[in-house]
Amino acid sequence: MPPAKSWRTYPQTYRLEAARCLDCGKIFFPPRLICSKCHGRRFERFNMKRTGKVLTHTIIRTPGDAFSGEAPFAVGVIEMDDGARLTTQIVDVPFEEIKIGLLVKLEFRRHYCEGADGIINYGHKAVPLRQ
Amino acid sequence: MTVGIVGYGAHIPRRRIKVEEIARVWGADAPSYKKGLELSQKSVPALDEDTITLSVEASRNALARAGIDPKDIGACYVGSESHPYAVKPSGVAVAEAIGATPDCHCADFEFACKAGSEGMFVAYGLVKAGLIKYGLGIGADTSQGAPGDALEYAASAGAAAFIMGADEDLLIASIDETYSFMTDTPDFWRREHQVYPSHGGRFTGEPAYFRTITGGVTGILEKSGLKPQDFKYAIFHQPNGKFPKRIGKKLGFSFEQIDVGRLVPFLGNTYSGSSPMGLTAVLDVADPGDRILMCSYGSGAGADAFIFTVRDRVREVQDLAPKTRWLLDENLIFLQYGEYAKLRRKIRLAGE
Amino acid sequence: MRDVAVIGVGMQKWGELWETSARDIFVESALLAMDDAGVDTLDAMYVGCMTPGLFAAQEHLGSVMADYLGQGGIPATRVESACASGGLAFRSAYLAVASGMHDVVLAGGVEKMTDISGGEATFALATAADMQWEGVSGVTFPGLYAMMAVAHMDRYGTTREQLAAVAVKNHRNGSRNPRAQFPMEITAEAVINSVKVADPLNILDCSPITDGAAAVIVVPADMVGRAGKPGVKVTGSGHATDTIALHDRDDFASMRAVAQSAERAYAMAGRTAKDIDFAEVHDCFTIAEIIVSEDLGLVEKGKGGPAAEAGETALDGRIPINPSGGLKSKGHPVGATGIAQVVEITEQLRGEAGPRQVKDARIGLAQNMGGSGGSSLVHILEAM
Repeated sequence: MPPAKSWRTYPQTYRLEAARCLDCGKIFFPPRLICSKCHGRRFERFNMKRTGKVLTHTIIRTPGDAFSGEAPFAVGVIEMDDGARLTTQIVDVPFEEIKIGLLVKLEFRRHYCEGADGIINYGHKAVPLRQ
Repeated sequence: MTVGIVGYGAHIPRRRIKVEEIARVWGADAPSYKKGLELSQKSVPALDEDTITLSVEASRNALARAGIDPKDIGACYVGSESHPYAVKPSGVAVAEAIGATPDCHCADFEFACKAGSEGMFVAYGLVKAGLIKYGLGIGADTSQGAPGDALEYAASAGAAAFIMGADEDLLIASIDETYSFMTDTPDFWRREHQVYPSHGGRFTGEPAYFRTITGGVTGILEKSGLKPQDFKYAIFHQPNGKFPKRIGKKLGFSFEQIDVGRLVPFLGNTYSGSSPMGLTAVLDVADPGDRILMCSYGSGAGADAFIFTVRDRVREVQDLAPKTRWLLDENLIFLQYGEYAKLRRKIRLAGE
Repeated sequence: MRDVAVIGVGMQKWGELWETSARDIFVESALLAMDDAGVDTLDAMYVGCMTPGLFAAQEHLGSVMADYLGQGGIPATRVESACASGGLAFRSAYLAVASGMHDVVLAGGVEKMTDISGGEATFALATAADMQWEGVSGVTFPGLYAMMAVAHMDRYGTTREQLAAVAVKNHRNGSRNPRAQFPMEITAEAVINSVKVADPLNILDCSPITDGAAAVIVVPADMVGRAGKPGVKVTGSGHATDTIALHDRDDFASMRAVAQSAERAYAMAGRTAKDIDFAEVHDCFTIAEIIVSEDLGLVEKGKGGPAAEAGETALDGRIPINPSGGLKSKGHPVGATGIAQVVEITEQLRGEAGPRQVKDARIGLAQNMGGSGGSSLVHILEAM
């Protein structure tokens, strides 16, 4: 597969680059061309904070083929401290500790490989925040 | 111009496997391995952790301590013997993730366990030459040891990252002297397309590790006119718990001088990350004015030695990112050998 | 706009149809519908199919099906809205007739899902989610609905047993449907102890992988009576969309597109939820039926679980939901599901549903959705 599809998302997958609507303040991850709330078209880019909390979650036990070696794994919707949201895996935590409201931080991890000879895609996964 | 470390950071996977568990599978005598290697467990990367991911996390910790704009990092060097790609640089991925691209010189280094200190040395040299404002040198590995081989008990994963700079007000530790010692000594190697490294058994000891580090340390002490007693801390490459103690003793360093940076009993040998990670653990607790000696070792063979003097700013930055010994204990997940074999891709899956 | 009616329906038994190709599955049901309506020539057709490319490596489905149905030459359109493709094909046919553009229009749906492996099918279905920003996490469709279930349980106290009650009820209904893929009754205990798929959902909370098709014939209401069967009038059609990614929603325990599509259909029909005698809804997962029954206004918000458990939505309950057995028992060949709902409602309104006949069925509602609620269609059909 040509690598362009993942390459063009590196600002988001590598650096968590989001956009804030300059008219109404709504945050988009990934950035968009028009605001879904106010139809504004002017945005500022910023890198999301890497700490947030779990809004909802599940344990995937029967994944698609690309993730078959990884199951079971936890996935959740994470709301970052600055309000942006993403769906990502929750790793390095016993499943029973994953709850709505769990504080997490994002770590840089491999997402998936496009076959044994394909490119490796990187991004962020959530781990429990420990002080 | 004084050049030194303006930011440092480490990262360690949370999974561990104990020596007993590996020994159980191979019918080996765990107590003798633990005693012989002075090692009780090692870190293991998850399926989604590799040299690039560990390098990014360590670099972010270094950036948090440096407090600089990543755009000012003019070089990013990743030293590893487990770069995820055979062809495609790790350095660009790290630089991209931390926001240092595109105005940044990137390269990958490989020199067995010495690749990390190479990156530090070159980054330091470029800052000193005035070619770049800041340079990032990283040592990181997800090391492989062949199943059942003695290396398997120690080969582990981790990363350390150092940002070199010349801003007087940002210096955490100055680099006062460097010296490198190199000979062609074939004690450990891995040929193209081979999965696991090979080694010369006992030949890796006296004629390789001990002779080379002795050369590096003797050289830098002569060059600087300093003696072992002039240092608060010393860090030597740590393939196991025993070697750094023995080389320290031989060169005139006390156990107290080397113990703070000796992470290997609970971490294993992080190869390119080994002595650099020890340095991060020392900086975590160092006081202003402390003098530190670090000497790496890479099979093949060579040693890079550095002398640092800790600056006042160290106290301001120690708590700005996770400390290395905290990472060593954080949220550990202990593995059985079967899980370890799966995570290290020692089991062939359908379609592989 | 003209009044529109359904005058013929067709559907074969669903299941793992190893010996039959996608085109033959479709044509069998289409011919049944044409025979039921007493027509042998179509003016146009709409084929709902989610992803024939991924499931069967065949695109250009409008032409394939028109050709093999012996209708080559007519305008034929493949319609896609993920698992709501069938519902959207029906709406497209409705609009074509209501507008006066065409008179005799076939709305069909088909999906041939068993020609690829389970893992490949999981991937194909996942393309109805936001592949770029959800799919990259490895989340599956059961996973997205499981995250809605976790939110619903957290918000309203919905229980694992209440989820199971939906599956038990739908299998009881499906056991009376000769076309159902899994026409057997199951117990709540079996559901709760079945293999975990995406916590808290187990395999018996999930609709199956199914091969199947369904077709209906849509005509101007004034044509009703030709074949001598009672006509069924389409009085409301509502369609709505929502964010493609679940994580962009304000509320994971509700589906805005379902509520909006229902409001539009109710307004058009001049009806409210109270007027509905029974409903066929998109129970791709047990939690989906609970949330949908609430968002359609058939039960109070947050009470979908208790309503299922108390039998309110059973065949003889206050508001029977999924008398056909739903996606759960009948099967879920994704593109065909929305059409099969119209087949069931038509048969119920004609009084032809046999052992699963809803008593005094005069007004039925069909709700079909795509993805994790990124699209929803609601149709209201009434006996003439």
